[in-house]
Amino acid sequence: MKTDYLLLVLGMGIVTYLPRWVPLIFLSRRRLPEWLRQWLDFIPAAVLSALILPALVTTGEPRHLTVFQPSLLVSVPTLIFAWKTRSLAGTVIIGMALFWVAGMFFS
Amino acid sequence: MWNPPYSSYLKEGMAAAWPICLGYVPIGLAFGVLAHNAGLAPWEIGLMSLFVYAGSSQFIAVSMLSNGAALIPIILTTFTVNLRHLLMSSSLAIYLQRLGVGRLSLFAYGVTDESFALNMTRFRDGGWDWRQALTLNHTANLAWIVSTIIGGYGGQFIPAGAFGIDYALPAMFICLLVFQIRGGLYVLVAVLSGLLAIAFSLLFPGNAYIVMASVTAATLGVFLLNLYGKKRESMEES
Repeated sequence: MKTDYLLLVLGMGIVTYLPRWVPLIFLSRRRLPEWLRQWLDFIPAAVLSALILPALVTTGEPRHLTVFQPSLLVSVPTLIFAWKTRSLAGTVIIGMALFWVAGMFFS
Repeated sequence: MWNPPYSSYLKEGMAAAWPICLGYVPIGLAFGVLAHNAGLAPWEIGLMSLFVYAGSSQFIAVSMLSNGAALIPIILTTFTVNLRHLLMSSSLAIYLQRLGVGRLSLFAYGVTDESFALNMTRFRDGGWDWRQALTLNHTANLAWIVSTIIGGYGGQFIPAGAFGIDYALPAMFICLLVFQIRGGLYVLVAVLSGLLAIAFSLLFPGNAYIVMASVTAATLGVFLLNLYGKKRESMEES
């Protein structure tokens, strides 16, 4: 049992580490073509949006659309606040406060 | 007053990590409680957090474990769930040029959705190099490991939902997304990626939707950028 668990954790660690490691080693040591630089430049905006939006409008397993939920409602003022102030600290605090208050009304 | 530069790198990196730590603590505690209920000892929980360090895949692994899943299926699932880091490390590589293999290997360990998002923003703003970024990675890493172990002692020390703490990471992501928008084309890529992600997430199980949507949207972005650029060039020539 114990060796099984060690093997499991080790295996999980290796398959998680490799995708984190390979691009850093291979892309940071050579001159990248212009199209790849442009592509990688769009990746953060694309990844962040792909991480956030489904979490705001879907729930359950299997997932289904749930548009009316506090996380989506709160995201609108949070986004506007971030846009206007460009303050990370402020946005995190405002987002948490609004979500806390929204939770009281929704539950 | 003599101030060694290293201490200021450490201070800046640790200070910048606070939104991530704030988000990791409740999730880490929740994971620890879940893993504890699945029969894992605190040291086993800590070992997984140390070796794997990837929240959602750890949750999935523990629920598969308690359903009696075998070793190989859990490892394969972990691989697919964490494959998205391939994209993030690729983007980070642009800012880590000429760094030695040892440091790159250490840096790779700390690449998560959250550290990627925060470090990319800092790198782009300037005044940020691998030293602060690495400190940020390991501060977040420590917060994750410690909170999962504490949760493993069976304690949910923060009442669920208190202070809206569950929204710390979503709010951080929303703000960092705003920081990434530097023109109409970025808005288009982000909106497209988000809509595709919603559609794919409803169509396919698992989290492949993140990679599928980002790759499609970024590719279209490059395509439009070059189309638009060429059109403008030809207009300037005529």
